[in-house]
Amino acid sequence: MTHRMDQRFAALAQEGRPALVTYFMAGDPDYAASLDIMRALPGAGADIIELGMPFSDPMADGPAIQAAGLRALKGGQTLAKTLQMARDFRHQDNETPIVMMGYYNPIYIYGVERFLSDAVSAGIDGMIVVDLPPEMDDELCIPALEKGISFIRLATPTTDDARLPKVLSNTSGFVYYVSMTGITGSALPDTGKVAAAVDRIKAHTDLPVCVGFGVKTEDHARAIGASADGVVVGTAIVNAIAHSLDADGAATPATKAGVCDLIRSLANGVHNARLAAVE
Amino acid sequence: MNSPAKPNSFRSGPDEDGRFGIFGGRFVAETLMPLILELQEAWDYAKSDPKYQAELTDLNTHYTGRPSPLYYAERLTDELGGARIFFKRDELNHTGSHKINNCLGQILLAKRMGKTRIIAETGAGQHGVAAATVAARFGLPCVVYMGATDVERQAPNVFRMKLLGAEVIPVTAGSGTLKDAMNEALRDWVTNVDDTYYLIGTAAGPHPYPEMVRDFQSVIGEETKEQLMAMEGRLPDMLVASVGGGSNAIGLFHPFLDDEGVQIVGVEAGGKGLDTKEHCASLTAGNPGVLHGNRTYLLQDGDGQIEEGHSISAGLDYPGIGPEHSWLKDKGRVEYVPIMDHEALDAFQLLTRIEGIIPALEPAHALAEVMKRAPKMDRDKIIVMNLCGRGDKDVFTAAKHLGVEL
Repeated sequence: MTHRMDQRFAALAQEGRPALVTYFMAGDPDYAASLDIMRALPGAGADIIELGMPFSDPMADGPAIQAAGLRALKGGQTLAKTLQMARDFRHQDNETPIVMMGYYNPIYIYGVERFLSDAVSAGIDGMIVVDLPPEMDDELCIPALEKGISFIRLATPTTDDARLPKVLSNTSGFVYYVSMTGITGSALPDTGKVAAAVDRIKAHTDLPVCVGFGVKTEDHARAIGASADGVVVGTAIVNAIAHSLDADGAATPATKAGVCDLIRSLANGVHNARLAAVE
Repeated sequence: MNSPAKPNSFRSGPDEDGRFGIFGGRFVAETLMPLILELQEAWDYAKSDPKYQAELTDLNTHYTGRPSPLYYAERLTDELGGARIFFKRDELNHTGSHKINNCLGQILLAKRMGKTRIIAETGAGQHGVAAATVAARFGLPCVVYMGATDVERQAPNVFRMKLLGAEVIPVTAGSGTLKDAMNEALRDWVTNVDDTYYLIGTAAGPHPYPEMVRDFQSVIGEETKEQLMAMEGRLPDMLVASVGGGSNAIGLFHPFLDDEGVQIVGVEAGGKGLDTKEHCASLTAGNPGVLHGNRTYLLQDGDGQIEEGHSISAGLDYPGIGPEHSWLKDKGRVEYVPIMDHEALDAFQLLTRIEGIIPALEPAHALAEVMKRAPKMDRDKIIVMNLCGRGDKDVFTAAKHLGVEL
């Protein structure tokens, strides 16, 4: 695990609150606007950044993130540019952990070795690759761990106690609990069930457990954050970007402002989450 | 580069991780992993269960009409003036193509697994029709995902699926063709994990699908071997089949892979030419990548983004290929060649006039390759081609390309 990820979770533990993990699609709607958004995230309250890598065929994503990926690709985004975006971000922020999230094929085509060394030099702390289950660990997970980059695994409601140890075996950084079966952007699940699932995972690991899928508002963030070590928000952010674009699909002054407003309210949610838990 | 090492058998794959060399595998989201493992367990059990095999054989015989004939195309042979040409007539199957072989095998498995809802993807609609057919036969609800572009150009098949009681969902994501339909089917499956069985139509996708679909389609090659032995007392000199995802081809090829004297040719959709972007020749013009659960040859750009294919035949309009074909290509056991739209259209017309058989545009690609090769071979040579689908569905497309208004 990188020192940035370590330090961030240690600091949050001291503060006694969960992390706000924010996903956005790199290059949506274009490189400059997207980098501008990324730079504004920590100031608005994001604790960890998930940097989406666009892919033409995102089979685990709902319509909002599919559309964001297509906008980014149309805007000329590539994996090389996504790495560059992280590098540019690091000039001003060397503390906020960055986790790259996406699908395997662009990484495979870029070349695993080359990708990992470029990711290290760009200041990447972890990665989530949706279509690489533990059965495929030799592809990227093991080489990434050897380079000191966390490989963050998704655990889902279909991951039962028998399978959980396998899923957790080479996981580092944090565990990303997908709170429902389905695609990104679905409705918020029963928070009681989520809390039980977090407890179940924590019985198997000391890693922080972050929960995503379905979190859209401050109230959601507070409710999920009551039991989780982190709250992941993606579709709501991507939607805020989509709704702010002009008729030609370009960013407007409302783009960054809209994202920041949303992040600030979600940050309120995670800041008050443990208070809610005590009530 | 060194020439590839020759394995002891070309028929032993995949390994226990679902790999054919570097190809295949299980590249799926964690949500689907337990489902895929469950499917594998059910399949491992079923394939060695005599009761399951007997049930499938009975349906193949009495519902599909197997064995399909092996037909000596005498007039075509004379016309081309070379090797003798035989057709494996899987176009005579119930539903009009080889797709039913796989659908029956999988629906029996779905029943055994206690699944109560069937989903499928379809391009031209042949697999969608076959899936809707078996779902009707076994009384299960069926949802078919079909690209919006394909829904428009394959209207008769859409209506057939609806008549059979299936719900057809047009997919507008991406460019609205087969790969987008497959993405959407995977999204459905990842959402409805408890009750749903995903009936994949070709020998691709995550392990165990490529192996399982191949085994269901291998009935084509096994029958061919027996029939030709009875008719001619020997093996063929050459096998030819079209490849889109590659299920009809692997079904014909697989039982012959270790018969050294049998030359094997797979025919890809060359569309408007390999120097354009409008083709689906993933083996000839693509490179290895990961999509839809497996590593295989794909049409993609330098950033690993998947490109849209094009073919006159909607059934070949897929930017990937079953992983076993990728392995057979790299091992040099099977030769893969492209055939252009216009060559397939010529072959489609020739067969119709000379043999009174209207082929689907997919096997018309294979036929166009046979037309190139047969004249260069002696009369004592034998070519077997898989005539895997009938052309009723394609008469509108053909008319359009031939400038005929219906």
